[in-house]
Amino acid sequence: MQEIRLHGRGGQGLVKASHLVVKTAVETGHYGQFIPFFGVERKGSPVFGFLRLGEEPIRRRTQVYEPDLLVVLDETLLALPATCAGLKPGGTVIVNSTRAPSELSLPPQTGRAVAVDATGIAQREIGRSIPNTAMLGALARVTGLVDAERLFANIAAEFGENNRAAALAAYGAVRM
Amino acid sequence: MSEVKALTGNKCAALGAALCRPDLSAAYPITPQSSVVEQLADMVYSGELDARMVQVESEHSAMSVVQGAAAAGGRVFTATSAQGLALMFEPYFRMSTLRLPMVMAIATREMTSPETIWSGQQDAMSVREAGWIQCFCETNQEILDMILQGYMLTEDPRVLIPVNVCYDGFYSSHLVERVEIPSQAEADAFLPPYSLPAKLDPRTPQALDPMTPGELLMKYRRDHLESMRAALAVIDEVDAKFAAAFGRSYGGCVESYRMEGADLAIVTLGSACGAARDLVDELRAAGVRLGLVKLRFTRPFPAERVKEALAGVKGFAVVDRSVSFGWDAGPMYVETCAALGESLAGKAHFSAIGGLGGADISMAHLRETALRLAGLAAPGRAETLWLMD
Repeated sequence: MQEIRLHGRGGQGLVKASHLVVKTAVETGHYGQFIPFFGVERKGSPVFGFLRLGEEPIRRRTQVYEPDLLVVLDETLLALPATCAGLKPGGTVIVNSTRAPSELSLPPQTGRAVAVDATGIAQREIGRSIPNTAMLGALARVTGLVDAERLFANIAAEFGENNRAAALAAYGAVRM
Repeated sequence: MSEVKALTGNKCAALGAALCRPDLSAAYPITPQSSVVEQLADMVYSGELDARMVQVESEHSAMSVVQGAAAAGGRVFTATSAQGLALMFEPYFRMSTLRLPMVMAIATREMTSPETIWSGQQDAMSVREAGWIQCFCETNQEILDMILQGYMLTEDPRVLIPVNVCYDGFYSSHLVERVEIPSQAEADAFLPPYSLPAKLDPRTPQALDPMTPGELLMKYRRDHLESMRAALAVIDEVDAKFAAAFGRSYGGCVESYRMEGADLAIVTLGSACGAARDLVDELRAAGVRLGLVKLRFTRPFPAERVKEALAGVKGFAVVDRSVSFGWDAGPMYVETCAALGESLAGKAHFSAIGGLGGADISMAHLRETALRLAGLAAPGRAETLWLMD
C-alpha cells in the first residue's frame, strides 16, 4: 500500500482530483481510498487529503502520518511545518512550482523532488489557474500507481478535453 | 448485476435509500450529511427515482413530514447530523414511540460547542434512549448494505421500530472507496414492497396519538422494549438473508475478528474498526494474542453476544468516539461492563476515548491502547486513556 498526502488550497480542486485517482484505481481492479480534510468551504484556505492505493482492500480509515509521496498544489504551503511532516526517508515530493526542485525548501529525507508548473499549464490549456488536473498528470508520470490512460480518460469525462490536455502536458513536462 | 464504483459514504447512503424505492424523503442540509440528501434530490428531479422530495425549513419539519408520510403508510427516508438531530429532537421521539418504521442516516459529528463540523459520535450517542434502533457502520459498503437491511428490519412486524444507520463524519461520510452497488432487481428481490398494517387515510379520518393514561402508556413502553429485545434475533436473521442474497455477512449485532484464542480484545465501533483490524494482524504477528470485537448495534445493546465474545479474554479496552458525562469513561465502555456483569471480575479493562471533533483514532493510538492493555498486571479497572498526541 502506498500512502499519499495532498496539500492545497480551497478552490484548487484537490478533492475532485483525488476522487478521480480512486475511481481510476477501482475501475482498473485495484484498491484506493481518499479522505479529504477541510473546514467550512472557503477559497484559499489550506485543504489537505489522504490518499491510499494498493492491491489489497484498504481497511484503516485514518490520517496519513508517514507518506510515501507528497503532492503540493501550492508551493507557499511548503512554509508550513505540517506540509512535509513525516515524509518517509527517500520519499517523493511533487510541487506545483515554476522553480527547479533544487530551489525549493524540501525536507532532508526527500528522495525524489519533482517540480511542475501546473498553474502555468492550467492557464494555457484551460484558461483558468486551477492546477488539479495538471498535477494528476505529474502524479501519473511520477508514481506509475495508476493507469495513466484511464486516468486521463476519466479527467476528460469529468472536466472536459482541455483538462485532459493539461494532464498530458504535465505528464510530458515532468523529467524523470 | 451489481456494479462496482468508487463512492463516498454519503453517496452510499443515498444510493442505498434509492434502491429501497422510498415514497418520500424530506431533509434539511447539514455538514457532514448534506450530500446524502443532495444526491437524493438530484435523483428525484432527474426522474431517476420515483419519489417525493420535500424541501423543508428545518430538521424539525423534516422529521415531521416523513412522520406524516410514514403514518399514511409510506416508506420514508431522511438523514442528519449533530445540531440537525438536536433540532429534530421532539418529533424524533414521536417516530419511535408511534412505532413508525423508517431508516434515517446519521453522519455522526461532535456537538457544538466549541464550534466543530467534524466527526465524533456525541450526536447519536445522546439519543440512545429515544427508542430507535442504532447501528454503526465501518465501511461505505456497509453503509449501503445497512440501509437495505435497515428497511427489512424496521418493517418486520416483530420490530416496527425506526432505524438509525450511523457512520463517522468525514472518516466515512467523505471517504471514497470501492463499493459494489446491487442492481434494482437484486434490491427488489431482497426487500419486498411494504404495507403498514394500520395507516392514516383522509377517506376514513381517524385521530392519531390521543392523550394516553399512564397505565396504558406503560403497556406501550413495555411492548416497545420487548420489540427492541426481539429485534436482536431479527437483526441476525436479516444479516443471514442479506448474506444469502448478496454474499456479504456482517455478523449481525456483533462481529468478532480474530477472537479465537485471544487473551486481549479491543472493543470499538464505526470507522475505527478498520485500523483495529490492521493492528490485530500486526500484533498477532508479533505474538500478542489480540482480537477485535466490533459493536455493530448499540440499540438494542447485544449484551449476550458481547459477553460471549469476551468470555475468554483476560483483558479488554473499549475505544469510544464520545464521552459519557455520567462516568469517567466512554458510553460503550460503561455498557460493555454492564453487559459482562459478574463475568467482568477477573478481567483487566479500561475505557479509551478518542476521535472527537475530527481528531483521528490512529494506528499509534490503537497500538498504545493494546500495549497498555497487554501490560496490565492485575484484573480490575484501569484509568481512562485519552487518545491524544
